[in-house]
Amino acid sequence: MALLGGITTLTLARWQFGVTTVFHFLFVPLTIGLGFLVACLQTAAYRTKDEHYDRMARFFGKLFLINFAIGVVTGIVQEFQFGMDWSSYSVFVGNIFGAPLAIEGLLAFFMESTFLGIWIFGRGRVSKRVHLASIWLASLGTMLSAVFILAANAWMQHPVGFKIDRATGQAVMTNFWAVITNSTFFGAYFHVLFAALLTGAVFMLAIAAWHIRRDQQKTTFTKVARIAIVVTLLSALGTCFMGDTQARQMDVQQPMKMAAAEALYNTSDGASFSLLTIGDLTGNPIFQIRVPHLLSLIADNSWNGQVKGIKQLQAADVKKFGPGNYVPILWITYWSFRLMVGLGLLMIALGGFGLWLVRKRRLDTSAWFLRFASLMLLAPFLANSLGWIFTEEGRQPWVVYGLLKTSQAVSNVSVGYVATSLIGFTAIYTFLAVLEIGLMVKVARKAPEELSARDDERPLELVY
Amino acid sequence: MPHLHVLASTSPSGLQQLWFVLIAVLWLGYFFLEGFDFGVGILLPFFSQDDTDRRVMINTIGPVWDGNEVWLLTAGGATFAAFPLWYATVFSGFYLALFVVLAALIFRGMAFEMRGKKDDASWRTWWDRAIFWGSALPALLWGVAFADFLHGVPIAAGATWTGNFFDLVKPYALLGGLTTLSLFTLHGATFLGLKADGDVRERARRSGLILAPTASVLMLGFLTWTYVSAHTTHHNGLVPPFLPILGLIVLAGVGWLMREHLEGWAFVATALVIVILFVTLFLNLYPRVLVSSVSPHFSLTLSQAASQPYTLKVMSWVALIFTPFVLLYQSWTYWIFRKRVSRPDTLPAPSEIGS
Repeated sequence: MALLGGITTLTLARWQFGVTTVFHFLFVPLTIGLGFLVACLQTAAYRTKDEHYDRMARFFGKLFLINFAIGVVTGIVQEFQFGMDWSSYSVFVGNIFGAPLAIEGLLAFFMESTFLGIWIFGRGRVSKRVHLASIWLASLGTMLSAVFILAANAWMQHPVGFKIDRATGQAVMTNFWAVITNSTFFGAYFHVLFAALLTGAVFMLAIAAWHIRRDQQKTTFTKVARIAIVVTLLSALGTCFMGDTQARQMDVQQPMKMAAAEALYNTSDGASFSLLTIGDLTGNPIFQIRVPHLLSLIADNSWNGQVKGIKQLQAADVKKFGPGNYVPILWITYWSFRLMVGLGLLMIALGGFGLWLVRKRRLDTSAWFLRFASLMLLAPFLANSLGWIFTEEGRQPWVVYGLLKTSQAVSNVSVGYVATSLIGFTAIYTFLAVLEIGLMVKVARKAPEELSARDDERPLELVY
Repeated sequence: MPHLHVLASTSPSGLQQLWFVLIAVLWLGYFFLEGFDFGVGILLPFFSQDDTDRRVMINTIGPVWDGNEVWLLTAGGATFAAFPLWYATVFSGFYLALFVVLAALIFRGMAFEMRGKKDDASWRTWWDRAIFWGSALPALLWGVAFADFLHGVPIAAGATWTGNFFDLVKPYALLGGLTTLSLFTLHGATFLGLKADGDVRERARRSGLILAPTASVLMLGFLTWTYVSAHTTHHNGLVPPFLPILGLIVLAGVGWLMREHLEGWAFVATALVIVILFVTLFLNLYPRVLVSSVSPHFSLTLSQAASQPYTLKVMSWVALIFTPFVLLYQSWTYWIFRKRVSRPDTLPAPSEIGS
């Protein structure tokens, strides 16, 4: 069905999915990363009885909760939009894709929400031990939820453990174990998990740096900054390492995505990698900076390894799947890939310099680093979004690689409905984002006050 | 390229029946738990004289509302996995209605977290409105949706939707919506009678005398209509006559229970009525999952909508192993927060509170 100007349900449904998913995933990694870090801070406070840690656990706990709420409410849309906009997809994959979604609710969401409730309302009502355990269990819940959603996504990237049922045309599960041990899942999960920890750590570091630079509670924030720096460096390296293994897997499982990441038209041995291109991506750039052999190293881990080109892959796909265009939108894949990688490397540098300054005991006096650290606040969020945009756009025209095209997946609903919900949700998300950022900034800027001992002992009558 | 076909209906297997029951249980759990969350939200402007009253009310559900909402997510996910065609047909067919529910749930969820974050009266007023509408709209629309499942939606052969939004708002469905709206409101009142203290508790107690008769009349009308239409020629669902009668008797007694200060029993009673109402609807629906208003031959049935036995078996094992833990720790939270919420003597503004 088409609207004026040839806008179709498909186009709007894709925008709807993209907008909801990118928006939702701004908050999810921070929930996972910051939840873990707050649990660490609270553990440090519990064990050392150091008041600094306690104050920081509360301070970042408050930010964590503001962020958590928005992740929860957008998560419901995330789950229901499959049925709303992608009903053919839902029928086709339900036998396989539905299971991890249901299990995610049962195993992860219940745990996350219930123990977070205990954590928020239970201070002073449950013992300190139970209170500490509740944040750890909530954190575990957030990490588990990523397991199931990435198992589901991995199946879309690399379908395994299934057959196509002749009578219904549906993909049906033949091996659950194969689905949850999908090789694609393993790389994606740890890539995302490290990226989430990185998001939490850079967030914490950026805010701490801001306060240190203004001489607010310098001792307390320096302690936190040190922890955040170590976590930033380790998780940035981890993300990078996992991404590197994923690239080799992608070269085998989705060669077109690899070629599209570089806009490599012709199969080459010892392929080079361009850092940036000015002009178009058709192979006749105005200006380019190229690093020789790098693409072969990324894709094949060898100096002269062969990387297949778009033209050859397109021809092979036509032979295999029939006529059609099997090339994703190149400017999206090309730029999202290098910007993601570039931001990742920048965050490794952030962690590396930070650690060097910590060892020289110059962290709290290095104005340029503190400024740089605060500016880096946006980097992980941007990199997370670009990563998802790359991997989802790079799989196009497929929604389930090699099995179902995105164009076949859409619901039979009128374009007006999808337009309504697209406009509606976008307006709501924009409103929420403005609100959320305003509130975050307000809370993050206010240096935490000293706590009196009494606050700890007496449960609050009214928390909300 | 796959071509999707809907098979001819057969009689449902044991596994399919099991999963129909489990999906019903998830929805029942959702309505039992989130039902009182909705009720508290709907009653927010009526049971409060000042902001502290409103905070007392919100804090009765504060630690649990999010966990309660997960029942919806799990019901949605389980329907997707066990009955993909049901999930896909309903969610795309009820498109705009679902959009409204989702928007409402978004604002309501944000409101709980946001309203205390700024010490500003108009800020809170806006969020309180969000809580009211974010509770009232889903409470109404869930009833409309379930009534539609049973009374028929415009689906033709192959579960293809042929109607539009207005096919969903028929008188029977609206009556169903008003029934759930009134029932959840009453459920919220009995919950507040049980969980709040002071003025709010007193107001909740007295409200039973108005709310219970209202809900009774609506439910009587809705169930009568349901049973009358159940005796048409094409209806093949299960129709136990004693269930709705029991439900109505219990419902009629709620006002009395509240007047007699038996708030605990009143809450048990409203919970029971909600369970009875939805059990009745699910039984009437069986073995169909979505009735067609075009022709009874086009109604979607369990066997047509279900996933293959292998998926259902895997899901059954997962459910069997993990559900006990979930029930255990979710019950435990209710135990931790069993104390009534009352107006404190001194009150820090919520924005000053550390978490």
